[in-house]
Amino acid sequence: MNWGSFLTTQLPTLLVVIVGVPAVIVGYIVAGEFLVRRLPDAARPSVRPWLWVGPALFFVAAFLVVPAILTAKASLETSKGDFTGLTNYARQLGDFPSGGAWIAIRNNVYWLVLYTLFVLAFGLILAVLFDRVRYESLVKSLIFMPMAISSVALGVIWKFMYWYQPPGQLQTGTVNAILTGLLRTDPRIWIQDPKVNNFAIIGAAVWGITGFAMVILSAALKGIPADLLEAARVDGAGELTVFRRVIFPLMMPTVVVVGTTLVIFALKAFDVVYVMTGGNYDTDVLANRMYKLLYFSGNTGGAAAVAMILLAAVIPVLIFNLRQFRAVEARR
Amino acid sequence: MSIAVADRPGTAATAARFSPRWISDRLSKVVLHVAVIGLTAAWIVPTAGILVTSFRPFSKISTSGWWTALAPSFSFTVDNYSKVLSSSNLGQSFFNSFMISIPGTIIPIAIAAFAAYAFSWMKFWGRDWIFLGIVGVLAIPLQLSFVPVLSFFVAHGITSSNLSWAPFLPVWLAHTGYGLPFSIYLLANFFRALPSDLFESAEIDGAGTLTVFFRIVLPLSVPALASLVIFQFLWIWNDLLVALIYVGGAPEVAPLTVTLANLTNSLGQGYHLLTAAAFFSMLIPLIVFLSLQRYFVRGILAGSVKG
Repeated sequence: MNWGSFLTTQLPTLLVVIVGVPAVIVGYIVAGEFLVRRLPDAARPSVRPWLWVGPALFFVAAFLVVPAILTAKASLETSKGDFTGLTNYARQLGDFPSGGAWIAIRNNVYWLVLYTLFVLAFGLILAVLFDRVRYESLVKSLIFMPMAISSVALGVIWKFMYWYQPPGQLQTGTVNAILTGLLRTDPRIWIQDPKVNNFAIIGAAVWGITGFAMVILSAALKGIPADLLEAARVDGAGELTVFRRVIFPLMMPTVVVVGTTLVIFALKAFDVVYVMTGGNYDTDVLANRMYKLLYFSGNTGGAAAVAMILLAAVIPVLIFNLRQFRAVEARR
Repeated sequence: MSIAVADRPGTAATAARFSPRWISDRLSKVVLHVAVIGLTAAWIVPTAGILVTSFRPFSKISTSGWWTALAPSFSFTVDNYSKVLSSSNLGQSFFNSFMISIPGTIIPIAIAAFAAYAFSWMKFWGRDWIFLGIVGVLAIPLQLSFVPVLSFFVAHGITSSNLSWAPFLPVWLAHTGYGLPFSIYLLANFFRALPSDLFESAEIDGAGTLTVFFRIVLPLSVPALASLVIFQFLWIWNDLLVALIYVGGAPEVAPLTVTLANLTNSLGQGYHLLTAAAFFSMLIPLIVFLSLQRYFVRGILAGSVKG
């Protein structure tokens, strides 16, 4: 690496930023407060809050709200900026079932259903099982560890797990070694074979995120009063009945919260696909398709239309989240 | 009560030794431990596999599975690490990741802290609706913002190739915008849970808003701030998409995730090097995670809606 330019330009910039930016923000608030104190008493409470939320609102508006509106507009225009109506959408959604964005949409549906269900199921099973052993915190952190690694590293790890050699040759990939060695079946080309590759990629992503669901569900499980479980057991309920009739219903609200978060993750899926297949072999997803349209085809109108399709899929979840949030607020 | 507990069916205490009940209790315990240990073992196989492989010589990697390395005779080497670090720009990327992650963590959290305080303890017109809007924005895919923000940056010369003194400015700004909704949401939830007596007594003592914020609210919020810092830092360190869009793949500026993704394509059959590179990229997250796990988990529990 080029140490010279690093030490003379980049490092000083970093220091200026990590000292300077917080100093500027604090200075802004202190100076604002100084000015607010000069105002008449009655005006202060209506001016001060805007000073405090101002920078945040500016950034959220500039990087999220306004761009979202501009993207909606761009989805109706050609890449040169001329209005074309719904042409971009027609190109993306026209050739059902295998043209345009349909493969990506189908795969996002796979992600939505399989990823969400498997993560919830694994998270729930692990949380309940781990609750009963004394070495809970150790096994929990081992399951949770993949959360700390990037999806890129996750993709590399699983490419290696799914490594393929033709039948008859020695399999050095773990999954195919188990298939041929223990189950005596043929190895599969997990990443290229369109029959299985989507499930293989989703499996890798499930492995990475299960710890997240487990931690939240486990916290909810610990919140269930012990007397309640005790009472059910005294009444002669078996462990499975206790789980089905007492634990699961009481954890339902948390399962829903985790589930909606996972649905959003599934819709935005990008990194794992990008690293493992680049969206080839019928594994494309909407986020990756948008990236490709933007960078490789320079098709901003098409990319914007794909982003809007993604938004349309997220909106029900968004409305649901807002309702949940307001219901919780109302109980405060 | 004590009688009820003693009579509780299914506890080892009441079942006589070697009675059918005692045996079935013991058996289900054994099944439980086998299931727990088995599942955990299955979960660490992928990570263990790549860790072991990264220390194996190339000749062995291609001719035997990584699990054979766990039995004697052992042959481990750090060749893969030295080769990949000298032949790729992973070392530079390691610094770039810090250059991106540190400001990308500090700036949004500093801005969010003030906003979150206003949302939780000041009254102003439209406060609840604006906060609801922030919660809504949490679910919006970042993809929606890329085209307009990027074309604005390009039109005004705010690109990493253009700004040699601050090549990461675009990505810092972007992470500030993208990190704010979650940071505000998490901090506001925490600030609101602080007892209101605290503020009333401070006001009676004549403390101004700034004093209350810096002397009372911030010190009390250290746990929440710590979880948020860890969360945001790891999120940026592990981010690929935002980095690809605003920094790109040029070797001088690419962070670890981008370099690793490029290696995945360019190395192809050079898997022995890729395993070392992948593990190298996991070093900092694993250190952060293992040393600060408590705060990390707390952050997840406090706000599980980050996108």
